[in-house]
Amino acid sequence: MTTVAEPVGSPLSRRPHGAVVGAPLPHESAALHVTGRALYTDDLVGRTSNVLHAHPVQAPHAHATVTGLDVAAAYDVPGVVRVLTAADVPGVNDAGVKHDEPLFPSEVMFHGHAVCWVLGESLEAARRGAAAVEATYAPLPALLTVEEAIGAESFQGAHPTLARGDSAAGLARAARVFEGVTSFAGQEHFYLETHCSLALVDENGQIFVQSSTQHPAETQEIVAHVLGLPSHAVTVQCLRMGGGFGGKEMQPHGLAAVAALGATLTGRPVRLRLTRAQDMTMTGKRHGFHATWTAGFDADGRFTALEATLTSDGGWSLDLSEPVLFRAMCHVDNAYWIPDITVHGRIARTHKTSQTAFRGFGGPQGMLVIEDVIGRCAPALGLDPAELRRRNFYVEGQATPYGQPVRHPGRLASAWEQVIRTSSLAARRDEIDRWNARERNRKRGIAVTPVKFGISFNLTAFNQGGALVHVYKDGSVLVTHGGTEMGQGLHTKMLQVAATALRVPLERVRLAPTRTDKVPNTSATAASASADLNGGAVKDACEQILARLAPVRDALGDPSWEELVAAAYRERVQLWAAGFYKTEGLSWDAATMSGHPFKYFAYGAAVTEVEVDGFTGGYTTRRVDIVHDVGDSLSPLVDLGQIEGGFVQGAGWLTLEDLRWDVSDGPGRGRLATQAASTYKLPSFSELPEQFHVALLDEAHEDGVVYGSKAVGEPPLMLALSVREALRDACGAFGPAGHSVELASPATPEAVYWALTAARGAS
Amino acid sequence: MADIVVNGRPRDLTGVPPHTNVLDFLRACGLTGAKEGCAEGECGACAVMVARPAADGSGTAEWTAINSCLPPAAALDGQEIVTAEGLGTPDALHPVQQELAVRGGSQCGYCTPGFVCSMGAEYYRADRAPAGDGDRYHGANGFDLHAISGNLCRCTGYRPIKDAAFALGFPAADDAIALRRGSAAPPVVATELRDDEATYVRPAGLAEALSLLREHPDAVIVAGSTDWGVDVNLRGRRAGLVVAVDRLPELRGFAVTEAELRIGAALTLTEVDRRLAGRVPLVSAMIAQFASPLIRNGATLGGNLGTGSPIGDAPPALLALEASVVLASAEGTRTLPLAEYFTGYRESKRRPDELITEVVLPRPVSGLTAFHKIAKRPFDDISSVAAGYALDVVDGVVRRARIGLGGVAATPIRARATEAALENRPWTEETADAASAVLAAEGTPISDQRASAAYRAAMLGQSLRKLFAEATS
Repeated sequence: MTTVAEPVGSPLSRRPHGAVVGAPLPHESAALHVTGRALYTDDLVGRTSNVLHAHPVQAPHAHATVTGLDVAAAYDVPGVVRVLTAADVPGVNDAGVKHDEPLFPSEVMFHGHAVCWVLGESLEAARRGAAAVEATYAPLPALLTVEEAIGAESFQGAHPTLARGDSAAGLARAARVFEGVTSFAGQEHFYLETHCSLALVDENGQIFVQSSTQHPAETQEIVAHVLGLPSHAVTVQCLRMGGGFGGKEMQPHGLAAVAALGATLTGRPVRLRLTRAQDMTMTGKRHGFHATWTAGFDADGRFTALEATLTSDGGWSLDLSEPVLFRAMCHVDNAYWIPDITVHGRIARTHKTSQTAFRGFGGPQGMLVIEDVIGRCAPALGLDPAELRRRNFYVEGQATPYGQPVRHPGRLASAWEQVIRTSSLAARRDEIDRWNARERNRKRGIAVTPVKFGISFNLTAFNQGGALVHVYKDGSVLVTHGGTEMGQGLHTKMLQVAATALRVPLERVRLAPTRTDKVPNTSATAASASADLNGGAVKDACEQILARLAPVRDALGDPSWEELVAAAYRERVQLWAAGFYKTEGLSWDAATMSGHPFKYFAYGAAVTEVEVDGFTGGYTTRRVDIVHDVGDSLSPLVDLGQIEGGFVQGAGWLTLEDLRWDVSDGPGRGRLATQAASTYKLPSFSELPEQFHVALLDEAHEDGVVYGSKAVGEPPLMLALSVREALRDACGAFGPAGHSVELASPATPEAVYWALTAARGAS
Repeated sequence: MADIVVNGRPRDLTGVPPHTNVLDFLRACGLTGAKEGCAEGECGACAVMVARPAADGSGTAEWTAINSCLPPAAALDGQEIVTAEGLGTPDALHPVQQELAVRGGSQCGYCTPGFVCSMGAEYYRADRAPAGDGDRYHGANGFDLHAISGNLCRCTGYRPIKDAAFALGFPAADDAIALRRGSAAPPVVATELRDDEATYVRPAGLAEALSLLREHPDAVIVAGSTDWGVDVNLRGRRAGLVVAVDRLPELRGFAVTEAELRIGAALTLTEVDRRLAGRVPLVSAMIAQFASPLIRNGATLGGNLGTGSPIGDAPPALLALEASVVLASAEGTRTLPLAEYFTGYRESKRRPDELITEVVLPRPVSGLTAFHKIAKRPFDDISSVAAGYALDVVDGVVRRARIGLGGVAATPIRARATEAALENRPWTEETADAASAVLAAEGTPISDQRASAAYRAAMLGQSLRKLFAEATS
């Protein structure tokens, strides 16, 4: 006889027997993806008649005053219909929510800044029209690097400090104190689909914008304020995105507003799709950081204190730089108990694109700092970096520097021990040491690193989700929710949640595109929290409907779903519901940088082995083992894809992807030198680890979250820090024991070559 | 003007502007499966399959994946294309689509139709056969993962795509796309497509091409459009006259004699590799690292030499092999050693009215050859430094050394001082070290976004040491 365990957890997290959540389903659009039938915003152009195409006029200076803008010549180009300038804006000439991003600027703030837009009958006509616009500029001095901005004291926004205890006293009692500087680069999102909007105006002046946006509600808000309209006059829809990764959280708004402005002025649909070069030169990226730090360790290698100053490269406007900085500061601890700590944060204002959200949202930057500290200090402490890491893990009862108790730290220890075991780390360490002793020109390295990542938006207000669930008379179900689909599988999970909550087969449920007129006031699909928030809302809507159906069901005995729905309709039961969810128990005080900003932490650990060519610095990733905590997975195939994809994307940031601006004093100063796929290299098949083993942490039910699951979008990206640490280990093997390896980030073959050359020269 | 057959249906080219690329043409036809990701042949989101003469010269057809963003639509006049839409439907998925879909091979899905087409071409490769246990890049089903190395995915991390590729079976007996391979590829048709500003011409033969070039010295000569297409898409370049030479029979010869190899300048790099069949390991090694198969299925040796780029991968290898180029004009032909061909940054001795018709490699080929390419990414990247080596080592002595370098000067160069430092010396670590110091000072490397000057010089200094270490290990 089999016994079936009783479902565990809270009403929100309890998973019924036979749940559709937990099934390893392919992406709900997979069949459309593989057959080329899935539609993205730009695919709608051919299905829309009379479309105009938009092209920007991009300034060739990093910083300049616009002294003249003569658009007359553009109108001489055949096919040019309209040039859009600041004078055309009926509402607010601003693309953001901070009022520091003029949509049509009078001062150029970065190389490639769009000063006006040309609409043409074809993209070719618009392009030629843009080339005909005569713009004149008075160049101004420009700051390109964080170091230049620090020197010029060019900062913007908040200057927060996060502190606990007395870090000076902590350093004073340390057995060993180390100082260092850690600087590292940002990252281009390189979603395969560039930014795109298609705007239409109806007979009543209602604006309809289809946009590749992670935040339709905010796109709606910005379009409305640019056009001087109330929000109810603007509807934004996102069918799906060809990747977002945070790059479409704030950056689509101004572009959608330009398209909407053009549609308003011409009465015709306007398509605005950026080319890859425009996308790379005009839209924001992951923030690069500059960090100075002083770390103290006691005689056992335990942190006594850390003092650090993190300076992010915000680019020309604030955008999301403040919350990114907050999250970086809240993740400098990563998995480690640091009793006395002071972290200062500031945002450099430079003449570059306005840097923005990117998967991890500051978390990766904060963790990179502490992992760099550990990776550099371990040799001097005479400790294996893995041992130094493990020795400093949080234990039950400890709290983060911002005062939030670390819940379930044992899960991190479990993941760590499991991945060390399944990767045979100890045996391979010995094997690698023997191999390295034998090989002169090639060295291998191995490293294990942990991740502890806080889930929820730091800003409490954003932690709400909405859904609209319709049950039609035939029993079919249509779900709309506030989240957008960018490949992360959110829609797949929401279908599974709805089917589970309503107890109907998955086939009865269909998902409608995300639209602001269905679910209003939504938060960005960001912070990994969309399944938590929207899943809670979908479940709420379904349960409202089920509650209304209950009396009907009781009256009928054991009806089929279709019989139940049909009977309920006849009895005038409302068959649709709006669902809502807000995350309970959160608090955050940005002034004191303290509170309980996260619902929970997601944990993981990764072991990576690399091999480095001593002649060139080139390397390959031989094997990666991951154990990651996704709670009770809502959709294991989706979660596996997020873990693997996040890891490889993180490895790209840390090793390969190399943003370079022209920082010379020449005429190209400020120009993004890597503005194409030919110069900015993403991971390809050659970066896929030769062996790649991913396991989900067992017994990970999270009782505060929908069906016991945990967020997965961002945390795995930071597991890639193990690649960087493995490269450090391999570089160190070229030199004497105890040599502290300083490794640039990204650790390109060139950077690795210099690091191993330094190791070879060390005594 | 004929049509392009897309997924079995003729599509009219009339009125299509001559600079319109295949991708935009397809999308204007309502076939929006193929996507623009980069518009420069680096991401593969636009990949489609075309029916081409089999690269081994056997006379049947094969399905070849190309980047549709690069060639103009006019280049495929009379040809046959299959896109992701043509392979299967949501209700009747093609095996490639099925494997990708069920294994989580698509997340955002934007790159997916391109992957489907690159995988489809490899699925239909006629000589793909079960191959034991496979390895990192080869499935037990004979699938060569390099076939999809020109496709980028930003979401998945590639593991499920690899698993899908290695899970594929073989085409069914009644698979229409497989059966299509049994007959000849569509014949090449002479084409002229023009509008008010521009004309695209595919001449019927060499004589017509040369006479066009004599009349129009400013004409742009294209083969696979893998370079020109980038100029058109990214830099807005337009030409009054574009002359396509990639299918001229006179430029597609291949001959092997005791004394030399004659390689048609318009054979694609894929075709060159297949025809050489390992006879010249240095060329095979170079081609394996040259961009991606999606590019190599269009790019030609003539094009790589014709653009005169200092970072082309072919010149360092061909310089080491002491190749010559045959230049034809209406006046006749001449043969130039490649070492004398380059005159400056993207400049050469080729006159505007001349076409490169052949590349000639003397035989026998040196016994010790290697191609070292320094780049950020092993697959599908552009060299920061490239070195081609051809050494004859007889009885432990370097009797002859030829070294070609790219990326360290305004043109590809021969490393003559290093060659001299090697020749007639014993092939020992001491010799390699001494010559490495000479090699480190060859050329005039610069710093750019790909690498610093110091790293480029260091890589020159390391390259010969690496060659020695690997040759003697």
